[in-house]
Amino acid sequence: MTSVNRTRSVIPGFGLTMGLSLFYLGLIFVIPVAGLLIYTATMGWPAFWAAISHPQVMASYKLSFTASLIGASVNLVFGGLVAWVLVRYRFPGKRLIDALVDLPFALPTAVAGISLVTLYASTGWVGQYLTLFGVKVAYTQLGVVVALTYIGLPFVVRTVQPVLEDLEAELEEASASLGASRFTTVRRVILPALLPAALTGFALAFARALGEYGSVVFISGNLPYRTEITPLLIVGKIEQFDYHGAAAIGTVMLVAAFLVLLLINGLQWWAAKRR
Amino acid sequence: MSIEIDHVNKRFGDFTAIDNVSLTFNDGELTALLGPSGSGKTTLLRVIAGLEQPDNGRIRFHGEDATDLHVSKRSVGFVFQHYALFKHMSVFENVAYGLRVKPRGQRPDKAVIRDKVMTLLSLVQLDWTAHRYPHQLSGGQRQRIALARALAVEPKVLLLDEPFGALDAKVRAELRRWLRRLHDDIHVTSVFVTHDQEEALEVSDRVVVMNQGRVEQDGAPERIYDYPANPFVYRFLGNVNLFHARIHNGVARIGDVALEAPEFAGYRDAPGEAYVRPHDIEVFADRHHSGALHARIELVSRVGPTVRLELRTDESAHVVHAELSRHRFQELGLVQGGEAWIRPAHSRVFLPDTELAAG
Repeated sequence: MTSVNRTRSVIPGFGLTMGLSLFYLGLIFVIPVAGLLIYTATMGWPAFWAAISHPQVMASYKLSFTASLIGASVNLVFGGLVAWVLVRYRFPGKRLIDALVDLPFALPTAVAGISLVTLYASTGWVGQYLTLFGVKVAYTQLGVVVALTYIGLPFVVRTVQPVLEDLEAELEEASASLGASRFTTVRRVILPALLPAALTGFALAFARALGEYGSVVFISGNLPYRTEITPLLIVGKIEQFDYHGAAAIGTVMLVAAFLVLLLINGLQWWAAKRR
Repeated sequence: MSIEIDHVNKRFGDFTAIDNVSLTFNDGELTALLGPSGSGKTTLLRVIAGLEQPDNGRIRFHGEDATDLHVSKRSVGFVFQHYALFKHMSVFENVAYGLRVKPRGQRPDKAVIRDKVMTLLSLVQLDWTAHRYPHQLSGGQRQRIALARALAVEPKVLLLDEPFGALDAKVRAELRRWLRRLHDDIHVTSVFVTHDQEEALEVSDRVVVMNQGRVEQDGAPERIYDYPANPFVYRFLGNVNLFHARIHNGVARIGDVALEAPEFAGYRDAPGEAYVRPHDIEVFADRHHSGALHARIELVSRVGPTVRLELRTDESAHVVHAELSRHRFQELGLVQGGEAWIRPAHSRVFLPDTELAAG
């Protein structure tokens, strides 16, 4: 596999592909991120700490991470279910639903945000009925969760779907012939097989939700300390020409997101090791 | 536990997989379901297991109707061609699975499960793999684990679907002898599906030959091999030469050669077809044997201890395949391109209108 020492590899092109990959990653990813970190480093520790620990900012971290986590979790369950239905059953309109799943990728997030707020406002199609039950979605933290769930939907579906398609029917038949009930088969055979893919989907949905801006700002109402997400604060700081403040908060998000993704990757590695 | 299949039919769309089959598998017997692909043998096995529902007909286990019983309630052990081991579980967990998923009341306690799994793993000679994962084992080892897993629930019936089909020739031969010995020890009623006639003849107590959803012949392996019921079975069980013959008063004639065919005693000058296995063709170097056909040796191939000849007789456009020992071949002093005289030593004669199934 390695070609670091001058052994001849059966698969040539290591130097070329590795070089191009590093160049590409450097240009697209490392340089911007390094720029952010260097710029942040110029501001000095007290100013940095003041910028990232302001109570308004702290409240936004809490909302951003909690809402992203809830949104990704909801997608883990229902995305998995959608994938199951799409793979296992034949029904009219299956292709249509399959295509619809990707729509949150394609639709401009601002359009999605405006649609959501129109639907969920207390006078909207859905909102007016929810109001009857005392549930408010628009301009609340619940609204943030709804928007983040919406944009994360495709990830779990698209990661679980191919794995489920490849899952041999024989495994389920073997489980049944050994006396397992359907429920036991799903719990002990199917779900463990899907776990690594589902975790990947979860991680992607979570990461996407953390960075989401466009669809959230309309439905959240942006009430300080209550429904402000961290990306909104960053944009707010930039608009007030507080570039250092924006960079500081951005750095916190970067590090936190990286740590969470590392944790999820660790979980995946642990799950993959057991197969 | 005997298995009774009573007038079972199964269709998939326009395709008839099982065409009105009735069979009984006796208690403790190891039966091979032998047939080409598409002959319905696997479907029949899956119907017995409860993995497919028959369109009509009944399946009985020991006289009790099991047709509507779910697969999980039938106590059948099923072994799949591609093992179907649970990849995320260790070998131990795989074998223990059937015991662990039992309802709480019937579930043995941990120590009992442990003992039982380890006993089974020693039975399949793989106790040292208990903590490994399936991907760390070879194909033959995986299939033995799959067998141990199926046996863990003490099935009344063991069903094996092409169990050695995915293995290479040497492992396959070893494993089938091992299966035979295992069956002699545990004596559970077993049915295994194969398309390999050698495997069926070597391993089983009884062979059921299937073709196009029907049973062509059913009997002991030697009986099936020596007395095939029809041309299909004859062809399917090994290489065969076909000679056109005239049947007259219970004797079939191919040129100068006369073959006894007592079952056609009442026939007068009727066309017939004689089937002869390559090793049943006697080969001579000179002509003074009465009743032999003159032929030219077109090809000589030595395969280990045997020599295979391709010969062409004067009368026929067909190539005749003959097999003899290397020793005999050298004794005769035959050469490629030279002459020889051949005589069928053992044959079966069929009428040409006996339907020749595709095979």
